[in-house]
Amino acid sequence: MTVETARSTRDSQKGAPATEQATPPSADGRRPGHRDRREALAAYLFLAPWFLGLIFITAGPILASLYLSFTDYSLLAPPEWIGLDNYRDMLADPRFIRAVKVTFIYVFVSVPLQLAFALLLALLLDRGVRGLPIYRSVYYLPSLLGSSVAVAILWRQIFGTEGLVNQVLSLVGVQGTGWVAHPDYALGTLITLNVWTFGAPMIIFLAGLRQIPRMYYEAAAVDGAGPLTRFLRITIPLLTPIIFFNLVLQMINSFQTFTQAYVVSNGTGGPADSTLFYTLYLYMRGFESFDMGYASAMAWFLLMIIAGLTAANFLASRYWVFYSDE
Amino acid sequence: MNKTTVTHARARANRPRRLLIHLGLIGFGLVMLYPLLWMLSSSFKPADLIFADPSLLPRRIIFDNYIRGWNALERPFSHYFLNSAIVTAGAVIGNLTACSLAAYAFARLRFPLRRLWFAIMLGSIMLPLHAVIVPQYVLFSNLGWVNTFYPLIVPKFLATDAFFIFLMVQFIRSLPRELDDAAAIDGCGYFRTFWRIIIPLCMPALATTAIFTFIWTWNDFFSQLIFLTNPDTYTAPIALRAFLDSTGRSSWGALFAMSMLSLGPIFGFFLAGQKYLVRGIATTGLR
Repeated sequence: MTVETARSTRDSQKGAPATEQATPPSADGRRPGHRDRREALAAYLFLAPWFLGLIFITAGPILASLYLSFTDYSLLAPPEWIGLDNYRDMLADPRFIRAVKVTFIYVFVSVPLQLAFALLLALLLDRGVRGLPIYRSVYYLPSLLGSSVAVAILWRQIFGTEGLVNQVLSLVGVQGTGWVAHPDYALGTLITLNVWTFGAPMIIFLAGLRQIPRMYYEAAAVDGAGPLTRFLRITIPLLTPIIFFNLVLQMINSFQTFTQAYVVSNGTGGPADSTLFYTLYLYMRGFESFDMGYASAMAWFLLMIIAGLTAANFLASRYWVFYSDE
Repeated sequence: MNKTTVTHARARANRPRRLLIHLGLIGFGLVMLYPLLWMLSSSFKPADLIFADPSLLPRRIIFDNYIRGWNALERPFSHYFLNSAIVTAGAVIGNLTACSLAAYAFARLRFPLRRLWFAIMLGSIMLPLHAVIVPQYVLFSNLGWVNTFYPLIVPKFLATDAFFIFLMVQFIRSLPRELDDAAAIDGCGYFRTFWRIIIPLCMPALATTAIFTFIWTWNDFFSQLIFLTNPDTYTAPIALRAFLDSTGRSSWGALFAMSMLSLGPIFGFFLAGQKYLVRGIATTGLR
């Protein structure tokens, strides 16, 4: 679901179908069946790579991992059916519970903060600020680099005992600690890293703000509405679809964070499992202990969580998302 | 860009406030970029200063870090960069070919079950890689493809990055259909229409696809970590991690130097393709 689809579905509800272009049944006037069949054949040829991908890379593996999640499988011997045991083990596994908790804290703290920064900066930049492209690029750059190993390495140094943060703190006389090595703060450094990449949602907000007709503000100003009223009564309601879109997208992305936690904790999820992200634990079980059945069960649980969050977001959106044509 | 007369008049009235906003925006931008700039400057500093000097200007510039970093692992870093380049080039070519073929069919052709397949394609956009990685690993290891680049490239030739199909479908739908009809009257078949009419007009969408595929693949860590375990096949991110693993306090400068080099291509694409990046994010929410 994207900004553009949201738009085109709205258009189509108004009676201008954007998806189905109505072509007369027989464009060449003769033998319509033959032409249709030729077109269908061509379409399936164009789609052949995609179908192969569906079977072997996406849909097929989803079903395969559902099957594997009910088995005991280590790659060396054929999978052995054990029913729901993997799921039972998961719920009784303190490290699994820990991983879910850590990931939820990470998502529910960093995403709202990230979106708040994104919205604030988008609002500041939307007022016809000179040099907008430069500011936009500067703020966007971290989003591009944020998931790289290089930046994760940098983060590990910055928040280390003798890192940049503590060097700066000591200039003002504050004695810092080893942030990445401290169970209470390590997750915080990763949250900071995610908030730092607010540039991508900011650009989406900017695109959304540009679509709000200026005359609404002018009319409101004529009626004596102050800046705060205009923001609360015009900007926010008209921007809710974009806020919603960003929220769903960033939550799904953040749930799958792996690289940063892996590099900063050196592949352990430490200290004291405080950065044991869900995907990191999945990787450890699947590709370090080769417990493929358990990893598949975790994969399906992740799929359910993401589907559940998306559905919850959509349901909640009924109450607070406002589409201007309703 | 969207300066109206109203904002103009308001802006003139609020010159001090505008200055304040600019100062705030610049200050904030500096704080944001400080870590990156500091890493750049630290890659030219001797090791002891990295842990003592928060300033951006190195007191003494040395190139030693780059030389030591380049030769820190079994093979020179050029080997790992080359591996990254091969994987990335393969992924870009794969996405451009397979996604544009699929997009043309979805956007222009009528065929049975089109709506169903289109819905499945849309649904697969949000599919987390982690949900399918185990069966993919089983499949690729049975094919003997672990420790080759095939698991990272072949899926792209099968249009598995559905984002880009969607991006191109949206783009192709915005092109006038009369062009297709004219081509058909001139005797063009479907493939000729696709190749001669649609592809040349799709350049902006193709550019967005190429740039994002490049950046994602170059940055990718998870699947490369899983499929490349033989040091000869390491790509730049995996090599960096191996370097980090083996490193002591004294080699942070070299580590920073190689990290900076690994960010170089992304930064280059960022500068060259900003227009497409911004458009890509604004229309589909890619990052």
